[in-house]
Amino acid sequence: MLKRLLLAGLFLSISLGLAQTVTITYWQYDFKSKVEAINELIRRFEAQNPGIKVVHQTFPYDAYQQKVAAAIPAGQGPDVVNLYYGWAPTWVKAGYLVPLPEGWTKELDQEFVSMVQAAKVGGKFYGMPTAVRSLALFYNKDLFRQAGFANPPRTWEEFIAIGQKLTVKQGGRLVQIGYGVAPDGQDHHLVREVLVRQFGGRPYSEDGRRVLYLSEAGVRTLSFYTDWVRKHEIGVPGFFPGNNGYRDGFIAGKIGMIIDGSFAIGTIQQGARFDWGVAELPVERPGGRKANFGSFWMHGLTPLATGPKREAALKFLAFITSEEAQRYWLEKVGELPARKALIRDPKLSLHPVYGPFILSLGYAKATPFVDESAQRKVMVDAINRVLLQGMDPAQSLKLAAEEEQKILDLFWR
Amino acid sequence: MRLTLGRREALWAYLFLAIPLAFFLYFRLFPAFQALWLSLFEWHADPSARRFVGLAHYHQLLEDAVFRRALLNTFLYTLLGVPAQIFLGLALALLLQRTPIARDFFRAVYFAPYVTPAVAVAWVWSWMLSPHFGLVNEVLVLLGLPPQPFLQSPSQALPTVTWVVVWQNLGFQIVLFLAGLESIPRQYYEAARIDGAEGWRLFRHITWPLLNPVLVFSAVIGTIGYLQLFTQVVNLNFTDQGGPLNSTLTLALYIYQLAFLRFQLGYAAAVTAVLFALILLVTLIQLKLLTRRVEL
Amino acid sequence: MVLPFVWMVLTSLKPFPEIFQLRFFPQEPTLDNYRQVLRETGFLRWFWNSLLVATITTLSVLFFDSLAGYALARLRFPGKDLVFLLILSTLMVPTEMLVIPWYVMSAEKGWINTYWGLLFPGLMTAFGVFLMRQFFLTLPQDLFDAARMDGLSEFGVFWRIGFPLVRPALAALGIFTFLGNWNAFLWPLIVIQTPDMRTLPVGIALFSGEAGTAWNLIMAASSLAVLPVLLVFFFFQRQIIEGVVLTGVKG
Repeated sequence: MLKRLLLAGLFLSISLGLAQTVTITYWQYDFKSKVEAINELIRRFEAQNPGIKVVHQTFPYDAYQQKVAAAIPAGQGPDVVNLYYGWAPTWVKAGYLVPLPEGWTKELDQEFVSMVQAAKVGGKFYGMPTAVRSLALFYNKDLFRQAGFANPPRTWEEFIAIGQKLTVKQGGRLVQIGYGVAPDGQDHHLVREVLVRQFGGRPYSEDGRRVLYLSEAGVRTLSFYTDWVRKHEIGVPGFFPGNNGYRDGFIAGKIGMIIDGSFAIGTIQQGARFDWGVAELPVERPGGRKANFGSFWMHGLTPLATGPKREAALKFLAFITSEEAQRYWLEKVGELPARKALIRDPKLSLHPVYGPFILSLGYAKATPFVDESAQRKVMVDAINRVLLQGMDPAQSLKLAAEEEQKILDLFWR
Repeated sequence: MRLTLGRREALWAYLFLAIPLAFFLYFRLFPAFQALWLSLFEWHADPSARRFVGLAHYHQLLEDAVFRRALLNTFLYTLLGVPAQIFLGLALALLLQRTPIARDFFRAVYFAPYVTPAVAVAWVWSWMLSPHFGLVNEVLVLLGLPPQPFLQSPSQALPTVTWVVVWQNLGFQIVLFLAGLESIPRQYYEAARIDGAEGWRLFRHITWPLLNPVLVFSAVIGTIGYLQLFTQVVNLNFTDQGGPLNSTLTLALYIYQLAFLRFQLGYAAAVTAVLFALILLVTLIQLKLLTRRVEL
Repeated sequence: MVLPFVWMVLTSLKPFPEIFQLRFFPQEPTLDNYRQVLRETGFLRWFWNSLLVATITTLSVLFFDSLAGYALARLRFPGKDLVFLLILSTLMVPTEMLVIPWYVMSAEKGWINTYWGLLFPGLMTAFGVFLMRQFFLTLPQDLFDAARMDGLSEFGVFWRIGFPLVRPALAALGIFTFLGNWNAFLWPLIVIQTPDMRTLPVGIALFSGEAGTAWNLIMAASSLAVLPVLLVFFFFQRQIIEGVVLTGVKG
C-alpha cells in the first residue's frame, strides 16, 4: 500500500513537473557566430530556468521575411523573433508583433542607446536589441600611404581631395577609385540620415509621419553627394561587380574608401590582404555637426506567445538583452552592445576598429521606417535618377519626397 | 447492357484523368482561388482582423506607376525572349542533329547553363558584364567599341536580363526540339526523298508541320514562363531588385515584394489576379492561332 | 557556353580572400572549401533530401502526366477542351502566391517539416501534361486502332504502345522535372523548419548573409550539387538520341 502511494506520489510530482515545462521557439537568420552565441545563451538560460525550454531555429538571411510572412498567419511561427528594426511598423500593422510590457519602457528609454527609440511604433516598444550597429569610414592604409596621405579625412573636403588622388585611370578606363559609390549599399542611409543632418536639415518630422528632406539642406545634400561622381569623379556606382560590389572592391584593394556598417568588419577582416583602418565619418567642417545612421536587429514578441508561453518568452527576452549577455555577445559575435553602460567602457572607445563605431553611438539615429523596402528604394531611385539619367537633383528629390510621403500617408491612414 | 464504344472510351478517359484532375483541383486550383480571394481584403495575420475592401486594391492598381512599369517590362521580356529562344533553340537542335561527331559532348556543352545553379549563373554574368572589369567590355574595347553599362543602365538592363534568360533556357529548348525532331518517323523523310524533295523543301513540308505540337508547346510554355519571370531578375540585380529605376521589374517580382517584404498580401493578390487574367488570355489566343492539326 | 560552369568550379577552388581578386585561375588552389562544405555543414543531408524529393516527384510526374496527356490527346470524351484548359490554367498563378495557402493547408494537416510537405506540390504538373499531350498528338491513329483491335485494354494501349513511343518526350520531361525540383527554393524554404530537413538550395542560401556572401563555399556546394543533375541529363538524353522507330504501321 505504501509502495503504491509512493509510486502515485512520484508519478504525480513528475507529471506536474513535466506539465510545468514550457517550450518557446526563437527564430533568427543563420549566421555562424550568432547561432553559436544564441545556443550558448539558451544553455545558460535553461540552466537558470528549469521549467523553460527554448527551441532555436534559423533560416537563410535572404529569405528570412518570407519565412515569417508565411508562418505566423498559420499559427506556426516563433514566440520570440529576431527582426531588423526597420521592419517593425510593417510587421505591427500586419499583426505579426505584439507590444512589450509597459513596465519595460523606462529601462529601454534610459539604459539603452538612443537609437533604440526606433523600436517604438505608436509610442509602444515592440522589440529590444542585444547589439547595435552604425556606419564608419573604412580606408585602405596602403593606398593612402602610396598617395602620400598619413591620416583618414576629417572633413568632406579632405575626403574629396583624397578620393580624387586615389582614382586612377589606365588607357582611359578606371582601374581604381577613391570612394566606393553604392546607392543601394549604405549610401542611401548616408544621404538620408547623415548628410541631411550635417547640412542643417532633418529627414523626417519628430513623429516620423512627414518627409522633411525636401528642403534647402536636402537639395544641397543630394547635389553634394552626386557631385562626388559627376563633378569630382572620386568614384562611380557599380564599379566592382557582385552584390556588395563596393565592399568586395574594397577588399580587393581596388577602392580606397568605403562607408560601411560595423556588420562588415568580419568579412573585411577575413578577406582583405592589406593594411586597413576605420575612422569616424567626416564632417562638413572642423567642429561641424556629427551625424550617423544607427541600426539594429531586435527581438520581438509574436501573437503566438500566449499564456505561460508569454511569461517564458518575456523571461528569455530579458535574459538575452541583459548586460551579461551583451558582454558575451560582443566577445563572441563582435557586435556593439546596446546598453549605454557597456559602451562607456574606455577600452572599447580606443579600440582601432570598434572605437569609431562606439563613439558614433552617442549621436547615431535610426531612421523610423514604416515600409523599409519601399522607402529604401525611393532614396536609391532618387540618387540613380541623377547619376544614371542626369536629372537635376532638386527635381529628383522632389519626386522622391512625393513618393515617400505617399508611402507614409498610406501607412498611417 | 453493353456500353457503346464511345461511352467506353469516355470512361477510360475519366479513369486516366481522375487522379491528376483531383490533384490539380485540390492542390493547385483551390489554393489559387484562395489566394485570389485575398485580393478583396486588407491583409492581417489574424484572420478575424482582415477587412473586406472590395475592389479597392484594383483601384489602387490603376494609379500605381510601379505596377504599370512591371506590366510593360513583363510584356517586353515575353516579346523578346520567346521568339529568340525558339529560333535559337531550333536552329541549334537542327545543327546538332546533323553533327554525328561528338554529339554527346556538344549537347552537354549547350546544356551546361541550364543545369548550373541560378546563383552561380547570375554571379558569373554580373562579372562578365561588369562595366569596368567584365570580359564582355574587354572584348568590345578591343574591337574599338565603347564599353557598355549593361545591367547598370535603365535602358540596357532589361535586354541584358532577357539575354541571360534565353542563354540559360537554350539547353532545354535544344533538348525539347531534339526530342521533337527525333519523333518524326524517318519513313516520312524517305518517302519525300523518293519524291525528289530535299533540304529546305524537306524542312518546310515535313519537319516544320510535324514539329507543330512541339513548337506550340514551346511557345505557350515559354510565354507563360516569361510572363512569370522572377529568378534571374532577382539574382542579376540583387541589391536593387527590379533593376536600376525598376527597369527590369516583372509582375511576379512585384507580387513577391508586396507579399513577402511589405506584407501587403491583399494588394499582391490583386496584382496576381491581373497577371492570371493576362496569362489566360494570351494562352487562349496562342492555342487558337498556333495549333494546326496535321493530316498525314 | 560553358564559361559560367568552368568559372563556378574554378572559384570553388579558391580560398576566401582570393575570390575578390579578378583572376580567372586560383593562385593557391585548395580543396578546403569542399572540405568545409562536406564536413562542417549539413551538405550531405541536404543532398540526400533533395535527391529523395526530386527522384520521387520525377517518377510521379512521368507516370501521371503522361497518363493524363494520353487521355487528352488520344481519347474522345465530353468536356475534353475544358479539362485541358483547366489543367493548363494551373500554370497561370505564380508559385509565390500559392505558397501561403499551401502553408496554411500544411499547418492544418501536420505536413510542415515533413517529406510529404516537400513532395506534394510537385507530384503532377500541368507542364508535363501539356508536353505529353503534344507528343502523343504526333503519333498516327492507325497504331492505336491496330492495338485495340488486337484486344488490348485501353490501359494496355497506353502502357504498351503509346508510352514507349514518346520516350524522347519523357526524357525531356524527366530532365526538366528533376532539375526544377532540384533547384526549387521558395516552397522548401517555407515548409522546412529544422536543419535536418533542408534541401540543397535552402542550405546553400545559408552561405550568404547581411555581411556578404561566401562565394567560395557557394561555388563548391553548387559544383557538387550539379553532379546528379548531369547524371540525370546524360541518362535521359540517351533516350532522346535513340529516337523512335515505328514498326508495323502499315494498315
